[in-house]
Amino acid sequence: MNTSIVSEQQHRKLHPHKFALWVAIASILMMFAGLTSAFIVKSNQAGWRTFVLPGIFWVSTVLILASSLTMLMAIKAFKSRGMRQYRGLLGITFLLGAAFVICQVIGFNQLWNSNVQFKGASGAGQFFYAIAGLHAVHVIGGVIALLVIFLKSIAGKTKSYDAVPVEVMGMYWHFVDLLWLYLMIFFIILG
Amino acid sequence: MSDTLHIQHGVASHGHSGEPHVHHHKETFISKYIFSMDHKMIAKQFLVTGIIWAIIGGLFSVLFRLQLGFPDQSFPILETFFGRWAEGGKIKPEFYYALTTMHGTVLIFFVLTAGLSGTFANLLIPLQVGARDMASPFMNMLSYWMFFAASIVMLSSLFTQTGPAAGGWTVYPPLSALGLASQGSKSGMDLWIIAMTLFVASQLLGGLNYISTILNMRTKGMSMTRLPLTIWALLFTAILGVLSFPVLLSGLVLLMFDRHLGTSFYLSDIFVAGQALPNEGGSAILYQHLFWFLGHPEVYIIIMPTMGLASEILAINSRKPIFGYMAMIASLMAICVLAFLVWAHHMFVTGMNPFLGSVFVLLTLLIAIPSAIKVFNWITTIWRGNIRFTPGMLFAIGFVSIFISGGLTGIFLGNSTIDIHLHDTMFVIAHFHIVMGVSAFFGMFAGIYHWFPKMFGRYMNNTLGYIHFWVTIVCAYLIFWPMHYQGFAGMPRRYLDKSSWVSFGQFHSLDAMITVVTIIVFAVQLMFVFNYFYSMYKGRRVRTQNPWDATTLEWTTPIHPGHGNWDGEIPEVHRWAYDYGKDGRDFIPQTEPVGENESSH
Repeated sequence: MNTSIVSEQQHRKLHPHKFALWVAIASILMMFAGLTSAFIVKSNQAGWRTFVLPGIFWVSTVLILASSLTMLMAIKAFKSRGMRQYRGLLGITFLLGAAFVICQVIGFNQLWNSNVQFKGASGAGQFFYAIAGLHAVHVIGGVIALLVIFLKSIAGKTKSYDAVPVEVMGMYWHFVDLLWLYLMIFFIILG
Repeated sequence: MSDTLHIQHGVASHGHSGEPHVHHHKETFISKYIFSMDHKMIAKQFLVTGIIWAIIGGLFSVLFRLQLGFPDQSFPILETFFGRWAEGGKIKPEFYYALTTMHGTVLIFFVLTAGLSGTFANLLIPLQVGARDMASPFMNMLSYWMFFAASIVMLSSLFTQTGPAAGGWTVYPPLSALGLASQGSKSGMDLWIIAMTLFVASQLLGGLNYISTILNMRTKGMSMTRLPLTIWALLFTAILGVLSFPVLLSGLVLLMFDRHLGTSFYLSDIFVAGQALPNEGGSAILYQHLFWFLGHPEVYIIIMPTMGLASEILAINSRKPIFGYMAMIASLMAICVLAFLVWAHHMFVTGMNPFLGSVFVLLTLLIAIPSAIKVFNWITTIWRGNIRFTPGMLFAIGFVSIFISGGLTGIFLGNSTIDIHLHDTMFVIAHFHIVMGVSAFFGMFAGIYHWFPKMFGRYMNNTLGYIHFWVTIVCAYLIFWPMHYQGFAGMPRRYLDKSSWVSFGQFHSLDAMITVVTIIVFAVQLMFVFNYFYSMYKGRRVRTQNPWDATTLEWTTPIHPGHGNWDGEIPEVHRWAYDYGKDGRDFIPQTEPVGENESSH
């Protein structure tokens, strides 16, 4: 079936997998739009508590921005058949992504220890755990996907020069990166 | 067309050996019937799972109708089956609330969303747009199995010690957020949330596939304006689902936090059993906003596919082109956009600012316009048509009738001033059961009767179909029409026993009648299920490729299409889907080139 999925005339159009990812991105965006608008509604009510973002979240922001850059370079290398370079850059992207998740967890712990906790009154902190936590779950999904295509590129028996899976991976990765930037700015301004 | 006719034996894929490009793999029982990636098999899986859920959900309504119709009577058989939930043959309050909650959850989500869209989107999208399968057959399979997992979790919640979720299908906090508050807010509620999370994942995987298949995988010549209306309807349904289900998910995530981690997103200043809870600053209204942002589009997710099915069936069986094709698409689009802008009409009595309320009244009433356009076009389509009264056609006409009846009461409820009086009464029950419950079921039945020959290569029994239709439409009106009067009189919904109100005493015999009719109509639905499964194996065989003389592509496939749908090339499309009764010909298939002297549509 694989060959017949994309017929001749469809080559000019957007690949269905890429298109499906765009729709999925819209869908994920709606979830975060729902959560951040809930945040805005609640922040106007009495008894709202704000919090100070621990500095480590700036580190994680730099990490994920850098990982987007390496992902970009990896795709470029893949397209020019620089497979060794591609594997290296993909590995670095994976490590940066994993480091991002670790930084987030450290950040959550610091925040928790500065007495922004679940119990009791509602506030920006509770939303931050929920929203940034859900974002981290999406990044973890991406990190696992990165690991899978990294391992495939090393141990795969068949050589594939089809750029679509790599490009789909890249699109998702840039998306979680931009999503984090949005959340970061959101919490700096409104948190 | 007879030279392209293929009659294959059975449903297996042998006999294809001469055409290796269709089948690359050998199918085993597991890959063909269980973990199938064939969209047609996945459609059947959704349908059969939906039928099982519909029987369970329908049975729940029969049980709580027993309580509502005969509150003083005891039914020892209930104790035999349900033990301590119906001690002494009387349904306990906790059981009653669990039944109504699960009736709503099961029928809205598991039957009329997954069972309906899952079946017809999977069956019709690749067949009618001319694709070999979905954009991602694997994701499509995953979509079904996510739904199956959701079903298992939801089913298992019925058997827990404290019973399933019981706070109403909307699971409003604080009731749903506090396990202390009621039996139905304990483990049953957690299982409800987990099941719904899996369900949302299933819907998203499915929706992604539907949208990208429709937009990217149409065959040569199949421009968007040549698509049958079924596909347009399913496209807008999928868009609604993909954009609104994630918001429900975000609401449920916060609910889980409140339930288990002690946060206060929805909770504030609450006393349970004399104890003050530490939660402060939460807002239960916030949940309602998040819930209804899905909840309202959800009713269009339920009704829009059936609008598409009915449009198609009405045109085919009237032997006339659909009236106002572009207006049909525009009205679907208008409904799709407005669906996102009206959610707060469910919340008129939550203390909303009346000025804000009036905006939502306006937007809500605006939906009447595209709905009326559709109704007008359906009626004009069958007007002076050469009508064939097949069971599918009867159900499609019944769908239009019932959609009108239910839609009109929506104008009452959409007005915030009247809604203040009618809110939470039986009037609301009557309205939404008619307009989205019964009419969506009618559209679904129409679709099943009509496309059964494509699914199984056999017809369903017509006589049973006619009995099914007439009993169901009469019973549907008998059940829900009187509820309007109860609602006008102020009779509240969801109450276990209203006998202590003298003013509702006048409705005793009416309620008993409704219950009896409910049992009759439930039995007739079981007859439909029998017809379905009997016809699957023993029904009259389909002998021609195009039994309804329809123009669309699914009828150009073999009677038993293999995985890949067409044996040779995918046919090319030259015209729109509704060339019926044109230039003295009964119908012209979409695959036929436009003739030299022919006026193109």
